[in-house]
Formats: sequence, C-alpha cells, structure tokens
Amino acid sequence: MKVRLVVNGTPHELNLDTRTSLLDALREHLHLTGTKKGCDHGQCGACTVLVDGVRINSCLTLAVMHEGDRVTTIEGLGTPERLHPMQAAFVRHDGYQCGYCTPGQICSAIAVLDEINEGIPSHVTERLDGAPELSADELRERMTGNVCRCGAYSNIVDAISEIAGSRA
Amino acid sequence: MKFDTPATTNPIDRLKVVGQPLDRIDGPLKTTGTAPYAYERHDVVADPAYGHVVGAAIAKGRIQRMDLAAARHAPGVLAIVTAANAGTLDKGSFNTARLLGGPDIEHYHQAVALVVAESFEQARAAAELVRIDYAPEPGSFNLRAAAGSATLPHENDITGPAETHVGDFTEAFARAPVTLDETYTTPDHSHAMMEPHATLAQWDGDRLTVWTSNQMIAWANADLAKTLGLPKEKVRVVSPFIGGGFGGKLFLRADVLLAALGARAAGRPVKVALQRPLIANNTTHRPATIQRIRLGAERDGTITAIAHESLSGDLKGGGPETAVNQTRLLYAGRNRMTAMRLAVLDLPEGNAMRAPGEAPGMMALEIAMDEMAEKLGLDPVEFRIRNDTQVDPENPQRPFSSRPFIECLRLGAERFGWSARSPRPGQRREGQWLIGMAMAAAFRNNLLMKSGARVRLDKAGRVTVETDMTDIGTGSYTIIAQTAAETMGVPMEQVVVRLGDSEFPVSAGSGGQFGANNATSGVYAACVKLREEVARRLGFNSREAEFSDGEVRVGNRTIALGAAAAEGEIVAEDFIEYGDLDKTHQQSTFGAHFVEVAVDRATGEARIRRMLAVCAAGRILNPKSARSQVIGAMTMGAGAALMEELAVDTRRGFFVNHDLAGYEVPVHADVPHQEVIFLDETDPFSSPMKAKGVGELGICGVGAAVANAIYSATGVRIRDYPITLDKYLDRLPDVA
Repeated sequence: MKVRLVVNGTPHELNLDTRTSLLDALREHLHLTGTKKGCDHGQCGACTVLVDGVRINSCLTLAVMHEGDRVTTIEGLGTPERLHPMQAAFVRHDGYQCGYCTPGQICSAIAVLDEINEGIPSHVTERLDGAPELSADELRERMTGNVCRCGAYSNIVDAISEIAGSRA
Repeated sequence: MKFDTPATTNPIDRLKVVGQPLDRIDGPLKTTGTAPYAYERHDVVADPAYGHVVGAAIAKGRIQRMDLAAARHAPGVLAIVTAANAGTLDKGSFNTARLLGGPDIEHYHQAVALVVAESFEQARAAAELVRIDYAPEPGSFNLRAAAGSATLPHENDITGPAETHVGDFTEAFARAPVTLDETYTTPDHSHAMMEPHATLAQWDGDRLTVWTSNQMIAWANADLAKTLGLPKEKVRVVSPFIGGGFGGKLFLRADVLLAALGARAAGRPVKVALQRPLIANNTTHRPATIQRIRLGAERDGTITAIAHESLSGDLKGGGPETAVNQTRLLYAGRNRMTAMRLAVLDLPEGNAMRAPGEAPGMMALEIAMDEMAEKLGLDPVEFRIRNDTQVDPENPQRPFSSRPFIECLRLGAERFGWSARSPRPGQRREGQWLIGMAMAAAFRNNLLMKSGARVRLDKAGRVTVETDMTDIGTGSYTIIAQTAAETMGVPMEQVVVRLGDSEFPVSAGSGGQFGANNATSGVYAACVKLREEVARRLGFNSREAEFSDGEVRVGNRTIALGAAAAEGEIVAEDFIEYGDLDKTHQQSTFGAHFVEVAVDRATGEARIRRMLAVCAAGRILNPKSARSQVIGAMTMGAGAALMEELAVDTRRGFFVNHDLAGYEVPVHADVPHQEVIFLDETDPFSSPMKAKGVGELGICGVGAAVANAIYSATGVRIRDYPITLDKYLDRLPDVA
C-alpha cells in the first residue's frame, strides 16, 4: 500500500506492507536506523519519534496510518558535526552509556519541554490551574516512558535541566 | 609486555589526558543515532532477508512432530531452519544448553526454528504457522523444593572452591556472646539490556561474517566456529557498538547461530533480532539464591565467626551463582566457612549478570551486617570499620594490594550527613513519609586478563588503535583513546579507535569489570612498542625520547611524531600479560553506599530520595565515564532491591514476566540525583595503568543499602528480595 511521509522535512513515497510499523518503515525502508527497536511492544520508548511535533512510540503505530504526516527522527535534529543543543547536552552530561535508548530519550526530552511549555500537566503536577514547574520531578515523571537499562537517568535529567534552564 | 613487578613511574602518570573527565568520543555518534548497531548494517549488506525465531513452548521434553508446510508456503518465505535440517551442530564451550533445540527440549523458549522471509512482517506471520506437537516431561523448576537434591558444584577458577573452612566456625559460633543466623533470598534477574540480541550473517563461500552484539569477540568467534564445525579463521565476528550487555552478551547466543544457519539455508544474508518476549527465557539470566548467613561476635563488635552458604540452581552441566565469595575476603574473623550448593533445575540457563556472585551475595551479607550491628548496639559504619582487614583473612600472609575501605566508609558518612541518622528505626517522619537512612559496603574483585592491541602511526602523526575490545556503554572507545594519546604524546583528535572485530588482536573483552584496566594496559603495551620503533627510526634512544605535543624530543632535537612514518605506516602490536601479583596480593575494589528512602506510611510506597557511593578502584581513567558506570550500577542495584524478579511458573517451568512490561526495571521516576565520589588512589600492583575495575563495584551492596534504609524507615526487616510493599504493608507503624 502506498503511503507518503514527510520525514525530517523530506517527502517520501513508500510502498509498504500494511503490517509495517512506522518504526520499521523508518529503519528498514528509509534506513533511518537512529530510531531504535528495543521491545516492539511500546514498553521501552527507544523508538520515540515526533509526529507533527508530538512524541509517540513508533513501534505501536502502522506506517500506513500516517499518510502525509511530518515525522521527525533523531537524524532530523542534528548531525555529529552539528549537534542539536539537547544532543550536545547529553554528550556534556554523559547522559547515555550504550547509546541504544539515547535517540528516544532525546526525542522525548525535546517533546517534554514543549509539553511543559504548553502547560500540559503530568501526574506529579501539584496545581492544575497554573503552569507546570520545570522541576526535576516533572522531568523524571514525563521521561518515565523511556527506559535506560544502563541507568544514565541522573545524568539525563541534568542534561534536560540544563537545556530547560537555557530556554527559560 | 609482561607485568610482573609493581608499576613505577611511566608515561601514563603524566595524566595530561588519562584521568581527565573528557566527553566520550563516541558521544556525537550515539546522540545522533549514527552509531551502527548489529541489525542496522545497511552499510555492509544491501538486502538481507529477515529471520524470526520460534521458541519452544515447553520447558522439558521432546518435539513429537513439527509441521512446517503452512509456514513454508506462506508469502515471502525463503527457508526454515530446524534441528532436523541444520546438519550436525556442536555446542559452544560457554553454552550449557544447545542454541537450536529439538527434538529434545532443554528449556522454555529454547529456539526450535528460524523462519526466513523477504520481509520482517512475512517472517513473523509465517512463524505463527509453524505447528509443533510436544511430549512434555516433568521437570524441576522450584529451587526451594530442589534443595534436598543439591550437590557440591564443580570447582574451577571462576567459581572458586565449593567449600572453605578456616579455624573452627562451629565452636566459635557456639561460644560467641552475640550471634545472628538468618536466611536471605534473591530471585532470578534478567539483564534486560535495551538492544535485543541481534545478528546479521553473510556467507562468502565457506567464510562467514557476523555483525552482532557481543561483549567477548574471541569467545563468540571460537564458539560459533566450534558450533558450526568451521576453523576459527573462517569466521569473522564484528561488534563495534553494543546496546547493553551486563553479562547477557558474553556468550554466543541463538541469534548468531540462527542467522548463520538461516543465511546458509536461504543462500543470502539474513538478519535476526531475538524478539523481546523471547529474551528472558531464551537467553541467560542471573540465578536465584537462598543464602544462610551466620555471624558471631564479641560484645565489642569483633567478629569471631562468619559463615555464608548459598544454594542456587541451573541446568544440568551448569554452574552455581557464587554468592559466597566476597565473604571470604571482606571482613576479618578467625573462624570462617563458606559453602555453595547447586541444584539441577530445568529453567532457562543461568549465567553471569553484572557482578555475578557478589551482586546477590552482597545483597544478603550487607543486610546481615546491618542486623548484627543493631544487635551489638553499634553504628553500622563503626561495626564495619572494627572488622576491617588489610590481609586476606584466609591467608594472613597475603596482603591486599590496596584497601582504603575505612576511608570510603568515613568519607561517605561525613558527606551523607550520617550523624543525623537515628539508630532506632521508624523514628523520622516528614508528613506522610517515614524516612530511613542506611548504608552498606561495596566490594568486588579486580581481575587480570591478558589483552592485546595493535597501533598504527601514519605520516600525519595520527595514531590508530585496533583491538577486539568492546564498548558496551562502558566508555572503552574513550579511555583507549586517552591511553594512546597519553602514551604517544598526541592530542585526542589525533587518535582513531577501532574496536570489536575478530580481525583485531584479542583483548580482555567486556566482563567482570576487567575490561578497562586490562584493555588499556594492552593498548599501553602496544604503544610502548610503537614508541621504540619510532625512536629507532628517528635515531633516538627510546629511553631518552620524550613523546609530547605530537613531537618526539631528545635534548634539543625535536621531530614531529609523524616524521617517523614518512616512509610508510608503522605498525606495532603487543599484549599485556601478568605474573603473579594477583596471587601474592589480593586485588579488590571497595566502596560504601549510603541511601535515604521515604516510605509512605499509609500505602507503603517506597521512594529512594538520596544515593551516594564512595568508591576506591585504583586510578580512575576517566572520571566522567567511570561515574556513569557507578550510577548505572547503583540504578540496577536499586532495581534488584525494589522491583526486579523473574517470576517462576513452577508448574510449567518458565519465567512468566518475560518482557519489559512484566519485568520491571528502574525508570526515570525511580531514580533521584546520584552522588559518586572516587578516592584519589593508584594501585601499582594492578597494571601499568594502576587502575582497577569500577563497572560492577557500584552494584555490589547497593541493594542491601536500600533494604536497610527501608528497615530504618519502617522497622520492618525484609530478607526476601525484591522488597515490594506487599511484604511489609501490614507491619507498617500505626498511622496516627
């Protein structure tokens, strides 16, 4: 089945099996392997990408459901020579170890700051009648769908906090 | 280079590059998603077919009939590999169960077929069509029930002796005025690394290349060749990036073998990633333990009797979880004994997971020490200090090479605010929260392993390092580059590091926290050889030549390093090997964990609020990446304390919660800011680098520190991990 995706600003027309997940469309068909497959069941967050600016687990959605959607993957944020500020912060704070959950963490981190900025509350937001705080607890709660078995969490939160602070 | 006398001053001691907290050199690749992992090698193979693994649906028994007809005729299917058509296969020397089962089944989810198709979706759909009739047999799946049949494990260098006896434990324990005799249990754990075991295999005639995810290239190379009946030289193993291992990728596993067999059957390259729901049962895990600890002490806190016994299980032919070994070395005591027992279980294969032995052993021992301190009316830090030993307690002639254990304890207590702790549990409250503070020791041995490397110098003065060492998230790329930069006197930008390829010299590999010290020592040895050749070519005496700032200097003469390679690249290869400094001296790493928890007084929910580790592990090669190793280990230890448990179905014989939804690991919300302090030390007995391992030290003891903190908060002592709230909810202090 034909589907058109705009990935990192580039339009693609793909002919895909209807069973192909958005994740596999990216990894196996567009060879954008920065988005990772950790579980294929929406349990780990390694496959997090931004679809029209909103983060989703790309393993839990079929590619053919995204006709015309704008998808941003880790490759669309920066390159080794020109890192996105969030990518650079992860390097500075050593917010990764094996690197396999890292693209998902970074995509989520960028979306989390947007969500807080838009006033979307989380489970730990104290008051629903004001803007959520940019606290470490808010970041930890919102990042919890992204598992890091190496246990870089403390450094990841430091990296995100630095970027959040520079945006504030 | 043979290292058989303690290190003196050498080029590493300059510490211009080594010891600096540099950002990792692989960071830009990993954070941009451009580091290539095994399943992603579109750069080396254009059009691989896809393999999907079928796992056995019984724990023990036989396949009576396998009906492949529907699967074979499904769209896109290219081949189906089973034991019946794979030809004669041997078994790897590191494997307990065969990687391709059938007709006999040795454990649940043992691979029994690989379906190869044009696409992932086709392979997955066809695999669902494989029909298998099994004849199950009864098995042994319950460790406690199997205790009576347990035997002494086979002894080897890794497990150590099955039993040890020093002095007369029984008599000393009977005479001790203060005693403790308790039993602790730890469950089966899953490595649960983020990247599934994955392999891309390609045949070129009778030569096989696998791009895979493996911690020990030489072991994988040898075991893949052995299993397939090929000479090792015909097999190439490539693994430059590994999405986590923790011991789960030490060995050849089913993905590698099945990709190779699938590629042979399909006549084209095949890639296979173990499906996440298969991993817990198909691969290895950390075995559960039942541990009994007895301590006897004088009233002043001097331990006079110490005994640690551990029972674990494994498949026939497997080994024990060596949970008693740290107890032979950590504390003084004239009368001591340890014992391990091994029961045959028909559960999946048990094997190494981060700090095998010490991780579960310290989870038990360090609760026991907390309990004993309370019985003695002693501060837990002081109790440990009183029982420090600077020599091997079993052999007092044998000193530790370095043991600043007391310094770790004292510094940790000071930095954590230990003096604010109440010695009585359940005393401190903040609103709904019961607050507890506790500590535990950290201990893990330092292992010496032969390790090789090759270094190349080109005329631009660029140094390229090649070794089959792996980087599983540990920072190997960076510390190896730091070692080469320091030794050759060049900036980091002039060093290229190439890892994880069986065409490179064999290294220590990644495991047992032995990778950093040994692999960098091997690189140092090769660089020393390169320096000698550079000096020779430039007409310098190599002992006088000074290598710095990209130049070689003797007296007033200065020549650019690259000039030595003006006529062509210079290649030097060497390895580090060791004498008996680890026999004459006990080499270990030490630390102290401090933890503060809050337990909700109504719901029992436990939250870790603060964590501090103070570590002594010789020279810290890169404080930034070493700290990450420790916080990662603290996180995994927190998981073991609070949530991690493979639930055993003791009727059907498998781990029930075999995915990342059911097997809970720590997530962002579980982990507070973590503090790590490294003592400033070097250990000249360990290697020319004077470093020791740190990647496993951080997990040893931290689980007990969390357990002790929950006791401190609630007054409820739980000795069965994980410490989930159902185990203490009904015993929480009354809500006022």
